Amino acid sequence: MKKPAEFYQRDREWHPPALDRNYKTSVARSPQYPLISLENTASEITGPVFGHNDFAPTDNDLLTNYAQPGQAPVGERIIVHGRVLDENARPVPNTLVEIWQANASGKYRHKKDAYLGSMDPNFGGCGRTMTDSDGYYYFRTVKPGAYPWRNWVNNWRPAHIHISVFGTGFAQRLITQLYFEGDPLIDQCPIVKTIPDPDAVQQLIAALDMNASIPLDTLAYKFDIVLRGRRSTLFENRLEGN
Amino acid sequence: MKQKLNYLKETPSQTAGPFVHIGLAPGAAGFDIYNQELGTDISGPNASGERIRVEGLVIDGIGSPVKDVMLEAWQANAAGSYAHPEHPGDVEDGFRGWGRVITNFETGEWGFDTIKPGPVMGRNGQMMAPHINLWIVARGINVGLNTRLYFSDEEEANSADPVINLIEWERRRKTLIAQRVERDGATVYRFDICLQGDNETVFFDI
Repeated sequence: MKKPAEFYQRDREWHPPALDRNYKTSVARSPQYPLISLENTASEITGPVFGHNDFAPTDNDLLTNYAQPGQAPVGERIIVHGRVLDENARPVPNTLVEIWQANASGKYRHKKDAYLGSMDPNFGGCGRTMTDSDGYYYFRTVKPGAYPWRNWVNNWRPAHIHISVFGTGFAQRLITQLYFEGDPLIDQCPIVKTIPDPDAVQQLIAALDMNASIPLDTLAYKFDIVLRGRRSTLFENRLEGN
Repeated sequence: MKQKLNYLKETPSQTAGPFVHIGLAPGAAGFDIYNQELGTDISGPNASGERIRVEGLVIDGIGSPVKDVMLEAWQANAAGSYAHPEHPGDVEDGFRGWGRVITNFETGEWGFDTIKPGPVMGRNGQMMAPHINLWIVARGINVGLNTRLYFSDEEEANSADPVINLIEWERRRKTLIAQRVERDGATVYRFDICLQGDNETVFFDI
C-alpha cells in the first residue's frame, strides 16, 4: 500500500537566497552558514489544523470586514481567487489562507507605517479563509496601491498582497506575495528580484480573469498557490520508528 | 524525447515585510478586526505537563534586536503527541500545539506561555529530545527560517538527539539549547536567536 511520506525537498534555487545585497535589509538578517539539511520527521510532517470555528465566514471579504455599515473602501473592487495545490497538482483542502495588504492609496493600517498615503476608514487590510474540499479559496478586496520604501532612494513596491499558507505539515509553511498582471513596477522591484529565476517570478503574478469577474461590479484575478508535494512510497520508510 | 514529469513548482517565497502584523496579529498593528486572533494560546487550559514560558530576542548581524519579527511555534504535548491526524496518540482538548508570537516593538523581546513538550519518536526508531519547532519571518528574511528549541535541563536526551547530532560543528549545537531559569516561582527558558555572527543559530532546511 502506498503511504504518504516525506515532503519533496525545497528547491532552494527557485526560492530567493537569504542574502541579496540589492535588498538591503537582507544583508544583516541573512544566515551566513549553510542550512543543516534535515530529513523530515514527525515534527516537520505534522502541522497545525484549523477549523471553521477559528474565524468568521465574513473574514474573507475585505470590502466589508472593516467598513462602516452602508459604506465601502475606496479603490478598484477585485476578487482574488484560485486553488492551493501541491507539487503533485493535488488540491490542498481545508487549509488556512491569510492575506494582508495596503489600501488603494498604498497606505497600511499599521502604527509603524509613516507613508503620506491616506488612511481609508472603511478598509482594514486583512482577511483569512479556508480552502474548500477542492483546495479553492477566494477573497474580495480592493486593489492595493503602489508605495515607496527605503532601500535605494527611489524604490517603489509594485501593488501586492501578502499571502500566508499552511498546508498540512509545518514543512509546507509559506509566506509569499501576489503581484498583478501588467504592473510595470514588478520588474523594478528589488524584493521581486531576490527571486533569481524569471519563471519563478511569473508564478507570483496573478492573471486578470475576466471569466470570474462580475459584470458591472468586480474584476477578478486568479492566483493558484503551490505548496510542497509529498512522496508516497511503496517501501517502508520507517519515518515514525520501528 | 522522454516523458514529462509534470510536477508543479512550489510557489516561491517572499519576505513577510515589516507589516506582517496586519494580517497575522492585527491587534499589534493597532486595530481590532477579528473575533479572535489565531495562535495566542498554544497549549490550552487542559494540557498536562509543566507550564513554562519561553522568551528571547532575535538578533541581527550587527547585534541589534530585530523588532519586526514574527515567530511561529509548533510542538507536541507532554506525552510527545502532535495535534495532527497523522500522528499517533491523543492530545488534550484545546491543545493545538501551535502559536504565533511577535516582538515588543520597542525592545524586540518576544515570549510565549506553553507546556514543556515530551520526547517525540523520530526516524528509524530514534527518540528525539523534547523540542519546539520554530519558524521565523521578518522584513529582510526572504524565506522563513526553521530552527528547533531544545531544553537545557534535558542534557541526557539532548546528547542522544539524532537531529542535534547531525550538526557536525559541536560548538554550534548549543545555539539550539534554551537556558532554564526560575523566576518568581515560574519556569522560564531563555532562547536568543542570532541570524548571523559567531553565535549564529543553527537553521534547518527541512
